[in-house]
Amino acid sequence: MTAMLSVLEFHLVNYRRTWRSSALTTLVMPLLVMLGFGVGVGAYVEGGVGGVPYLDWIVPGLIASTALQAAVGEATWPVFSYFEWLKVYFAQAAAPLRVADILGGHLAFMLFRIVLSAAVFLAVAAAFGTLHSWWAPLTLVVALLVGLAVAAPTVAYAASVSSDSYLIILMRFAVLPMSLFSGVFFPIGSLPELLRWVAYVFPLWHGVELSRDAILGTSPGLLGLVHVACLLAWCAAGCLLAHVRFRRRLVI
Amino acid sequence: MEPHPTAPPAAQNPTEDFLIHARGLVKRFGDFTAVDGIDVDVRRGEAFGFLGPNGAGKSSTMRMIGCVSPPTSGVLEILGLDPRRDGPRIRARLGVCPQLDNLDIELTARENLTTYARFFGIGRREARRRADELLEFVQLAERADSKVEPLSGGMKRRLTIARAMVNQPEVVLLDEPTTGLDPQARHLVWERLFRLKQQGVTLVLTTHYMDEAEQLCDRLVVMDGGRIVAEGSPRELIERYSTREVVELRFNADDQRAYAEKLDGIGERLEVLPDRVLLYVDDGDEATAEVHRRSLSPASVLARRSSLEDVFLHLTGRTLVD
Repeated sequence: MTAMLSVLEFHLVNYRRTWRSSALTTLVMPLLVMLGFGVGVGAYVEGGVGGVPYLDWIVPGLIASTALQAAVGEATWPVFSYFEWLKVYFAQAAAPLRVADILGGHLAFMLFRIVLSAAVFLAVAAAFGTLHSWWAPLTLVVALLVGLAVAAPTVAYAASVSSDSYLIILMRFAVLPMSLFSGVFFPIGSLPELLRWVAYVFPLWHGVELSRDAILGTSPGLLGLVHVACLLAWCAAGCLLAHVRFRRRLVI
Repeated sequence: MEPHPTAPPAAQNPTEDFLIHARGLVKRFGDFTAVDGIDVDVRRGEAFGFLGPNGAGKSSTMRMIGCVSPPTSGVLEILGLDPRRDGPRIRARLGVCPQLDNLDIELTARENLTTYARFFGIGRREARRRADELLEFVQLAERADSKVEPLSGGMKRRLTIARAMVNQPEVVLLDEPTTGLDPQARHLVWERLFRLKQQGVTLVLTTHYMDEAEQLCDRLVVMDGGRIVAEGSPRELIERYSTREVVELRFNADDQRAYAEKLDGIGERLEVLPDRVLLYVDDGDEATAEVHRRSLSPASVLARRSSLEDVFLHLTGRTLVD
């Protein structure tokens, strides 16, 4: 455990050097998205969604979506670079760390970044007065789940590809469809059956639904358990796969 | 015949005195055999070298010793432990300076050392103390707070060596420690490594620079095609595989081979290269006099002491390996 924490500490020291470049994005993105989609698009959506004003309705989805974006951002190029360009993982493998420590420490740092981004968004949303329930802070736990459910398999992917152009493919063919068809901007009921499966299968929709319940104060019921189970399944499978891929790269 | 009454006690337990002990060590990657059954023993406090052309299996061997690459077969013991089982415990007592620097370029020189020290469970205060001490040692104290990215190749290499020392290792593994450095930087690295050796640190290094091996190594093995082809001290190897001196003759002719016959019988061995002829002899001056006695007039004559390079090329051939 201390070994994993020492790896997390390494990433945090690194973040202390580079946080300024990402801080602006973390803060300004939510503001822009709130203004653009919520206030701008929202003005055309009369009556909101199911009686909830459009801005208030999309904020939970946007927070889950922010977790997705942060997870993908941290799990693609940084991981690829630590294998291919900077070779930082190989330096760590020469120390008395296990593969699980190296991977776990980095994932822990990613979760920190993901929750941080979600928390900033939540704070901005609170300032806009769009939170309806005292359950709202629970969205950070959901962000954590979505974050790991996305980050872990993405790490496995980034550890497997031979060129960073494969990371762009992931962005276009996995992240973008997931962002569009996961009930962030409109209910998935308006999607054709086939596209609805994008929502069911990938992690984001489950997180969006849970976030929405938390922020609007509605009960997810038993379906909530299904959402959590799906996210946990992605987390577990992703971590397992990432460990296999890391092992193959670091112990040869 | 009497048994040896004076056999050293260490012989009864051969692994005790050796920090690294390998027998029939093999590493295969699929069909390719990188290391093909080598025996190696490294004693405490010595500087041991793996010499060989590219692809000889040096780096694969080093990675097995560094416990990041499990052996395919054979015996390997490091510090008396089994790397297959005790990887982290062994790595806690090793220092590794890889062939390519893998420093974190976003961090400062000091942070590179302190964060790395934390991987060994070293406390923050102690990590900082050691970092400052090591930065002093590798003459980077005044760059402690500058980022790694703009540092020169030599500085980065010294910082990597400092990082390898942060856990006060018993053995330091150096994979081509001075490849790609300019002469001043190389000499500085050598000098620091020599100081480490004097402090009692066991050094294991790979190199294809003969001067490096002669400067640093007490003992070395020459590897070629995954096997060990020679073993001994630099001096022993020169004596065994070369002569005391070498005379290099250049003739003003397109084909140096024409002169080989006329030089026949001078020295122990003769080698014809595209641009010169090498005579392996005991006495360079005497051999040079003999060349002139035979009324040959080479454009240039160089009599020099035999070096490890002669041994190396003799053993591994002159064919270019890429």
